Amino acid sequence: MTEIDSINKDILNTIQLDFPIHARPYKIIAEKLGLEEDQLIQRIRQMKKDLLIRRIGGNFSPDKLGYHSTLCAAMVPEDKIEEFTRTVNSFKGVTHNYKRDHEFNIWFTFIEPSMDRIEHNLALISQKTGVTTILNLPATRVFKISANFKL
Amino acid sequence: MLTDLEKKIITLLQTDIPVVKRPFLEMAQKIGITEDEFLAVLNKLNDQGMIRRFGATLKHQKSGFKANAMVAWKVDEDQVEDTGNIMAGFQEITHCYRRNPAPGWKYNLYTMVHAATEDECYDIAQKISKATGQDEYELLFSRKELKKTSMKYFED
Repeated sequence: MTEIDSINKDILNTIQLDFPIHARPYKIIAEKLGLEEDQLIQRIRQMKKDLLIRRIGGNFSPDKLGYHSTLCAAMVPEDKIEEFTRTVNSFKGVTHNYKRDHEFNIWFTFIEPSMDRIEHNLALISQKTGVTTILNLPATRVFKISANFKL
Repeated sequence: MLTDLEKKIITLLQTDIPVVKRPFLEMAQKIGITEDEFLAVLNKLNDQGMIRRFGATLKHQKSGFKANAMVAWKVDEDQVEDTGNIMAGFQEITHCYRRNPAPGWKYNLYTMVHAATEDECYDIAQKISKATGQDEYELLFSRKELKKTSMKYFED
């Protein structure tokens, strides 16, 4: 991994949270960090090229947009993981999927316009893959969401 | 309800904001509105809490957070509220949710922990356990990222 210098650390810590809603957002960030706008733009472009920054944009609240979201946990035999993953990932509403070291080994998130649609899709996945142990664990209370990594 | 224009702007904002001097001008031109109009809608969506977070998403494995564990806790229901609030105060925790338990799965509180190493994740979980007095928990380490995207709303 290339070392992240202190200027880039400042930039990353700032643009994760305080991206200005303003005609010249990079100018505002640059002023805040004591940089030139062009210099900041160059650095951000490079960090995107290096894939340190995945994207810059909005992350929306599914429920506020009228969507339903959940976390699902599946118990998948080792030799079926590939097929199961392919099937699950083919759904647009599956945004995150991780293999974890537990007998519930595949964990994925599902976002759809209704919970019925999610349940319907889970039934389809079971039917297609033969994996029947899939837990549907919607959040009932959110204490914290902050995909913000202090560097 | 969202207007068609708002939906159009949301679909643009969930892509990638260009790294140019006037990124919102570029995006506004794509849908034939002015930069001011674009910014006004963006401000409105933000004020209404529809935008959970606006900014850069990092590839955290690349930024030094190599270990990621989901810690699942079994907490008495009458302690969930207090416990969740204490957990949320830890900087090392990015997410904290209550979810219903399910058959074969007794846990009802979840925290995501990100750190440089797995040992650090264990240390953080122990620290949280001490702070909350909760000691029934398991760490589920992520072994492989199978998919990670942002949801694309209003695109069918």
